[in-house]
Amino acid sequence: MSAKRQEQGNRNDSGFSRALLKREPWLHIAKRPEMGKKRGGLLKMASILLAIAVGGLFMLALGYNPLTLYMTIINGALGNAESWRMTIRLMIPLVISSLAVCLAFKMRFWNIGAEGQIIMGAVFATYFALYHTSWPRLPLLLVMFVAGAVGGALWGLLPAFFKARFNTNETLFTLMLNYIALNVIVYFRDGPWKDPGSSGFPKIARFDKVAQLPKLAGVQIGWLIALILVVLVYVYLKYSKHGYEIKVVGASQATARYAGMNVRRIILRTMAISGALAGIAGMVQASGSDMTLAESVAGGVGFTAIIVAWLANLNPFGIALTAFFFSVLEKGSSVMRSSYNLSAEFAAVLQGIILFCVLGGEFFLRYRLVRRSGSKPRETQVREV
Amino acid sequence: MSNHEDRPAKAEAAASGAATPGERRDGYRSGPAIAGQGLTKRFGSVLANDHIDFEVEYGEILALLGENGSGKTTLMNLLSGLYFPDSGQIYVDGQAVSVSTPADAISLGIGMIHQHFKLVEAMTALENILLGPRTSKFSLARHRQEIERMCKTYGLTVDLGKPVYDMSVSEKQTVEVVKVLYHGARILILDEPTAVLTPQETESLFAILRRMKQQGCAIIIITHKLNEVLAISDRVMVLRRGRSEALLQTSQADLRSLTETMVGHAIDLKINRPTYAAERQKTLLAVQELSVIRPDGSQALDQVSFELKTGEILGVAGVAGSGQKELSEALVSLTPCQSGSITYCGQVISGLPTTEIYKKGVSLAFVPEDRLGMGLVGDMGMPGNMLLKSYRDHRGFFIDCKPAEQLSQQLKETLDISTPSLETPVRLLSGGNVQKVLLGREIESQPQVLITSYPVRGLDINASYTVYDLLNEQKMKGCGILYLGEDLDVLLELADRILVLCHGRVTGIVDARQASKETVGLMMAGMTLKEELA
Repeated sequence: MSAKRQEQGNRNDSGFSRALLKREPWLHIAKRPEMGKKRGGLLKMASILLAIAVGGLFMLALGYNPLTLYMTIINGALGNAESWRMTIRLMIPLVISSLAVCLAFKMRFWNIGAEGQIIMGAVFATYFALYHTSWPRLPLLLVMFVAGAVGGALWGLLPAFFKARFNTNETLFTLMLNYIALNVIVYFRDGPWKDPGSSGFPKIARFDKVAQLPKLAGVQIGWLIALILVVLVYVYLKYSKHGYEIKVVGASQATARYAGMNVRRIILRTMAISGALAGIAGMVQASGSDMTLAESVAGGVGFTAIIVAWLANLNPFGIALTAFFFSVLEKGSSVMRSSYNLSAEFAAVLQGIILFCVLGGEFFLRYRLVRRSGSKPRETQVREV
Repeated sequence: MSNHEDRPAKAEAAASGAATPGERRDGYRSGPAIAGQGLTKRFGSVLANDHIDFEVEYGEILALLGENGSGKTTLMNLLSGLYFPDSGQIYVDGQAVSVSTPADAISLGIGMIHQHFKLVEAMTALENILLGPRTSKFSLARHRQEIERMCKTYGLTVDLGKPVYDMSVSEKQTVEVVKVLYHGARILILDEPTAVLTPQETESLFAILRRMKQQGCAIIIITHKLNEVLAISDRVMVLRRGRSEALLQTSQADLRSLTETMVGHAIDLKINRPTYAAERQKTLLAVQELSVIRPDGSQALDQVSFELKTGEILGVAGVAGSGQKELSEALVSLTPCQSGSITYCGQVISGLPTTEIYKKGVSLAFVPEDRLGMGLVGDMGMPGNMLLKSYRDHRGFFIDCKPAEQLSQQLKETLDISTPSLETPVRLLSGGNVQKVLLGREIESQPQVLITSYPVRGLDINASYTVYDLLNEQKMKGCGILYLGEDLDVLLELADRILVLCHGRVTGIVDARQASKETVGLMMAGMTLKEELA
């Protein structure tokens, strides 16, 4: 027998390392059996409560009264009609782009490019807003809406085509397209679409009145569009054949092929719809809120949408709720920041803590910590010193 | 978890003074290697292991026999550190130990070989073997020498430089064995190791296990194949519903007594083979000179020709990877044909996309080998899976779930599928029930041709016989069934004719009622029927 075996034999035969003779560990991670929907929901509530508590500790540590700060956040976001309007305005693009991301994610197509698709939607819509102001308002807005959807869809189709054809990595592909899209705006802003009336300062002109989305109940009509889309996406995913195909392709492409589905076509179609939704978000943001095409038209919404969609478990109604929560946090902490003269980082840290707790709670959906049972004494108990 | 490696040598030396009963050669001991006392594990409402006691000695093979869901794998996962027992104690070499992680198990000398291999495909055998153990030496050459020496001792043959993706199933399994041995395992646990092997490969695995036993290893083998228990084990423990029903010497057991202990009641082990009236037989599917090339460029099928008739089960035998998978997938257009033709009742269907084939009214059903990865959607419940083939039938944009729900309910009753609710994701069901869902759906379409790929792989005895009965029922309705099988005994008992594949070529088609196991075995190894008769 080899020396190596001999050596190993000796090591093991000479009694196991103490760690193994020790009692079971104080805590260990165990996989949880499938959790019911109700308990899962409760767990999410619990992690939100925990988030609020930990955030409170952070405020305390910096010498602020958490209750007042939290009240400021809530008041700032929902305190009066004006703040409600601001919050809803923040929420509109977030809901729509989360729906976009949700569709792709259902298919396990990791669309990280909602940001770019939003921008391209806005760019396409902006062309009509700038150069077709002679058209009557309704047709113009409708054309802008369609153009936004087409722009986003084309930007979404690009990675989908390469994925379906050459199996490229969609995560990197969609991510990189974001930066290209961003610079497309810069190109138009500094070049062909530069506002002649801005006395040299590079910006795109403010949309003409006819190219602005009307208001409904004091907020741009985008909120209604978002709500309608929530219902449409829910129905599409749950009751349509397309939705079924998306789920099967997401579960296993082999199964989809086995069932006779055209996997390529489904990937292209779904990404086109996903991109179109994001493009609509861009159009709504540019024409309803910004009234122009600014570099910040997406402003990170495409990334936040990923978190929102994921937290909502890819459920459209959950998305609406989660997006609302995020918008309250966003709006409220900006008010808190200005009224207590806090740094921007304070709000960012607070948001980070809350997100961390909520996302961390996801871990407990699948795993649990098991404490050692303590009751049964073991025969060989070697205590660590 | 590597902290115990650095513990001062003093402690180890002191501990080595502890009882060392009867040293064997190579530093192995005789006496109990691993034992469990009152091992209990509960998952939610299911008591997976209920106060199980056992022990295995060095130089002994213990078979762990039980139907699906009887708690075999749970017990092994307790021993290998994947689960932690709710109560009970594990002993290794007579000492109470706590196995809370797989790393603990490895340092205790417990090696687990899982049913689904845990190898990195892109790496070579050598690299896979060296993954994990904490060694201070980096010299590949020295490791290679040591591994080769070890392989010689145990009579294992491994091509250390071969990448895993190029390996056959049994080669991969050998790599797993070498890996755990090289990590210092003296107690080996094999979870259904023969489920993926051909009879010949199984025999060579058993030779390896016997060799390891002679070298003083303690071996636990999980299986539900009774013949294997009788062939390889010294003792056998029968589990039923999480409880240990019996722990007996294999020499005192026989097929019948083991089955009855395992199932809990007497069952008939004979497989039925009804005969369909020959005068009513006509050709359903004609395959002519079909050739298929794998994506890597190798020839999967080489000029395969055969006919499938109504009311027959045509068995396909062959060593794993002889082209069975490609054959079944080519028949349903999941794999493109390079040349040759497939004719269904006079219509050529080769080269058409799957959707077109279904549109042509070809009633072809396929039960693929990979049930959850291809035949079903694991995350969906029964209705969602029923829709897979039929969701297009209903016109319009929306899906009609009603028929699928009714069908699910009906299958649940007729096939006795045990599931908490229809909407329970099918991946949570036991293997037998998963197969019933799949087979039930395919049969429900009243196919004229049914292609089944390893339909009883991984199923327990009861479930296997249910599958045989279902297939026979279809056969008597006039369905032509292509049965890709691995258990030659079953093929000889169940099929009407057997087509033997070797390296993608048909070495012969024999009458299963007259053929002997030896003949088919030789044909599987490449001898053609003529040579065999000559």
